[in-house]
Amino acid sequence: MKVRRILALVLSAALAVTALTACTSAKDEASQKSADKQTTTLSYDTVKIGVIHIGNPADGSGYTYAHDQGIVGMQKELGLKDDQIVRKNNVSDSDPAATETAIRECIEEGCNIIFGTSWGYMDKMESLAEEYPDVYFCHGTGYKNNGKNLNNYFGRIYQARYLTGIVAGMKTESNLIGYVSAMGSENSECTGGIDAFAMGVYSVNPDAKVYVKVTNSWYSPTEETNAAKALLSEGCDVIAQHCDTPNPQLEAESAGKWGVGYNTDMSKDAPKATLTSTLWNWSAYYTYQVKQIVDGNWKCENYYGGMADGLVDIAPLNMDICTEDMQKAVDEAKAKIEDGSFNVFDGVIETNDGKTVGEEGKTLDDATITGGINWYFKNVEVK
Amino acid sequence: MADIIKKEPLIRIAKRAERSNKQKLIIRLLSVLLAICAGGIFILILGKDPFSYYAKMVKGAFIGKNAASPFMPFKETIKIMIPLLISSLGITLAFKMKFWNIGAEGQIIMGGVFASYFALYHYDMPHYLLFIVMFVAAMIGGGLYGIIPAFFKAKFDTNETLLTLMLNYIALYVIDWLTKGAWQDPESKGYPKIARFDLNAWLDSLGGVQIGWLIGLVLVVLVFIYLKYTKQGYEITVVSDSHATARYAGMSPSKIMIRTMFLSGAICGIAGMVQACGTEHTLSTSVAGGVGFTAIIVAWLANLNPFGILVVSFLFAVLEKGSTVVSSEFVLSPYCSDVLQGIILFFVLGCEFFIRYRFVTRGGRKND
Repeated sequence: MKVRRILALVLSAALAVTALTACTSAKDEASQKSADKQTTTLSYDTVKIGVIHIGNPADGSGYTYAHDQGIVGMQKELGLKDDQIVRKNNVSDSDPAATETAIRECIEEGCNIIFGTSWGYMDKMESLAEEYPDVYFCHGTGYKNNGKNLNNYFGRIYQARYLTGIVAGMKTESNLIGYVSAMGSENSECTGGIDAFAMGVYSVNPDAKVYVKVTNSWYSPTEETNAAKALLSEGCDVIAQHCDTPNPQLEAESAGKWGVGYNTDMSKDAPKATLTSTLWNWSAYYTYQVKQIVDGNWKCENYYGGMADGLVDIAPLNMDICTEDMQKAVDEAKAKIEDGSFNVFDGVIETNDGKTVGEEGKTLDDATITGGINWYFKNVEVK
Repeated sequence: MADIIKKEPLIRIAKRAERSNKQKLIIRLLSVLLAICAGGIFILILGKDPFSYYAKMVKGAFIGKNAASPFMPFKETIKIMIPLLISSLGITLAFKMKFWNIGAEGQIIMGGVFASYFALYHYDMPHYLLFIVMFVAAMIGGGLYGIIPAFFKAKFDTNETLLTLMLNYIALYVIDWLTKGAWQDPESKGYPKIARFDLNAWLDSLGGVQIGWLIGLVLVVLVFIYLKYTKQGYEITVVSDSHATARYAGMSPSKIMIRTMFLSGAICGIAGMVQACGTEHTLSTSVAGGVGFTAIIVAWLANLNPFGILVVSFLFAVLEKGSTVVSSEFVLSPYCSDVLQGIILFFVLGCEFFIRYRFVTRGGRKND
């Protein structure tokens, strides 16, 4: 008897809950429909932007800081109020549930544009874009685009890496340059960056070698430190990096060697070591993208800006440890990149396994650069 | 010698006689009040207003600002609650037997792994068949992983706390290995991740939240009935009191232990499947994400009562969801909300001590 009574109680409770939730979702749908009309036209007063960060902007340097400076720049440029930006910080991109919660919380607060800054957010952004067709999803560094409300943004950072390679190639005394890379040769973004850097080195110093150490993580302070340490002990005297924290620069500084930073001007982290840095100026993109959406010009196209768009750049050379000659060499190459007469991956390129890629008189297309560079330039060695 | 034995320490801790339910309730309410005050001081130190902080926190777990779907946060709260509820029910079976299963984390993961195999490689079978196959696979995965420590305890009397704890890490690295090896998404361009499941392998949603909540509710009832009204449930109680008594009554403690741990692990495995196929839609190292440990607190706070677990796991989900909402609203580091959660838990768990024990001062009352 008792069992049956309890069962009845629970079942009725379950039914009540089902009815309740079913009823709320029906209400949701109804209000969703009425909201559709409102959200089709956005204005600079009603637009609300959600940003999903893998780190914390308060770090003051590195990847997340660079993106957040871009958001801050965009906010100023477009005159948005503080409460029109919602930031979700320290969202691990290898935790799909946390990613989804963060994005949903942005939508809960009424965001109509979501910027996800890290690679691993991609799949969750794709599914949520399907669920919220009225919200614009822009994903940095990945490759997905649903042709409706999810696009992808990234930039020709390899152009800036080529220039920093020139500086490193002229500075090295041991002719060994270290490079801390987040991912291995399967990842075109990292590998293309290493190749561009190595080609910059080669253009001024054909005898120098570039030693690469892979951490297998976009953000791993300890691994980044360890990789830099290992490269220094191999005899490298310039440490370049494609990873999120300034730790490799700090390691180079404490060893009395030099380095090339990434994301932000890392000479403020390691003033005695950082020769220059590869820079992102994300506000160029964020301003462009928000403007496009608000002004009603959204086309679901991938964004792949470069030096000419002001998206990527080389940081001012740290003249305490750099020379006028380096500045001159950088300026010359930069001018060629900006006027389009040089595209880094031009002509026939020799790889480190004795093969060649590319054709004389042609340059690699964007699809190959973003997804198909799985080879290393001839002076590169993976350690 | 006699003197030393007689000498009583200044303060000692003694077990107290059972308090009345009213007293228990007062102590628990008091502890929540104290927790809120202590947390409030922390918020004040951060330079924020504690009243609006708490108000936003509670509201943040239920109602959002998006006019189009104001109950989104509540659905998220339920989503957080689902794996917590199911795995708390799972470990309750083991805990009832006084078998300290600290390995829910690993059993959740193994359930997720077994279910994911079908979600990744056999997703083309009919949807409901796939659901059943994944469900059973998850139970077998979690259950087998639960049997390992039970078998060794039955056979060699090993320490189950250590064994279950360490099996967690093995499970975690199994996922890590799959992510970077055999199951790596071929389209991921080198990034170590497992592919997103095919839509056919996603759990259905009911009332805007994945079906896991209904599975959880059904399990609450089933576990309650199993423990209270079945012969096997009775056997668990006997084994928990004394293996000798159980043997005298003609039961086999080893058999009961292994059977119960299979069920315990199997239920945790369901939590893993529900999380992977219902929420994450992929398999990642975060599939358990500490839920297996939180479940221990939930089960204890609920006094191993399935209906109590339902309430406590909901309150935990509210706390967690509210915290993340409020930390971004007040522009605080996410770590601040972790500190606050810690403060609240410290008081709530601490009060259980005062319910069960009392301090006796030297020369104080001898009887309570």
